[in-house]
Amino acid sequence: MRLDYPANIKIILVPCSGKVDVMHLLRAIQKGADGVYVVGCLEGTCHYNEGNYRARERVNHVRQLLEEIGIEGDRVRMYNLSSGEGPTFAQYATEMTEHIRDLGPNPLKNKGKS
Amino acid sequence: MIVAKRKPFDEIMEMLEEYKKVLVVGCGTCVAVCLVGGEKEANILATELEMARKLADNPIEVDSVTLERQCDREYLAELDDKQTDYDALISMACGVGIQFLAERFPDKPVFPAVDTAGLAVNQAVGWYEERCRSCQQCVLAWTGGICPVTMCAKGLYNGPCGGTNLGNCEIDPDQPCAWYLIHERLAKQGRLHHIKQIYEAVGWRDTMPRTLIQPGYKKPEKEEAK
Repeated sequence: MRLDYPANIKIILVPCSGKVDVMHLLRAIQKGADGVYVVGCLEGTCHYNEGNYRARERVNHVRQLLEEIGIEGDRVRMYNLSSGEGPTFAQYATEMTEHIRDLGPNPLKNKGKS
Repeated sequence: MIVAKRKPFDEIMEMLEEYKKVLVVGCGTCVAVCLVGGEKEANILATELEMARKLADNPIEVDSVTLERQCDREYLAELDDKQTDYDALISMACGVGIQFLAERFPDKPVFPAVDTAGLAVNQAVGWYEERCRSCQQCVLAWTGGICPVTMCAKGLYNGPCGGTNLGNCEIDPDQPCAWYLIHERLAKQGRLHHIKQIYEAVGWRDTMPRTLIQPGYKKPEKEEAK
């Protein structure tokens, strides 16, 4: 399809979105990522039944944790699509990038060495 | 198992405000099983603290370690050398573990990261329901295996009270009446006569610290010098 999506997106492959842990998302922000999003399968279609639902819960948990810390929780998001939806993947990547640009850089970045 | 819930983050931040290097001490037993104070949760708290303090321009150095148990001396001993490197310790164990940690290192400030919430069963992942108040006067034999101390709002040993309402409790229509449940189960098992036995009210001996020594484990008393 030769679809374009923003070059700032760094993809980390996992076997199922249910593999994504709170610590993975939190560590990304701690290390200076401006935003992180999890792309899971469509709800109700998980091969492991509830992997993507678990991922959604964890994303919500991380959003709360970040708000408590004083960082915008909306820097972390969950998206769902099927593996056949290339254009939607590119669309979400663009949407997330624009959203994070609006929020600005990770506030931890200007706070010296981590 | 013993269950607990994480303290609000702001409360933990307040406790640690003046410290620059702290050790988060997780516990690998009950609180790890109930997903509040094991290795993973200790790492999450350490990361949260590190980020929040950095944002507040009051950086802190946080490490985390998870002991097998904090209610046993042999595991606390693992920290004997390590704890000297830190200004304070923050324990993710139940109230028992937190106190035992503080007792082991009396010169070191020890803070709780969780609120201990009782003895509970696991209904689903991350979902716990209290079943026992450790009253030391177990009547489950005569109540069909349903604890009236925990499940009845009044903790009655003899019930039901006048507040039982079509199977539910007067405090909340969604709260089942423990004594109704007891009646139903005993009736089903053909031993309803047990409900008629009268038991003395709970002694509430747990208002003072209790010591439990299992049979065969009492230390021999020292022989008096002759």
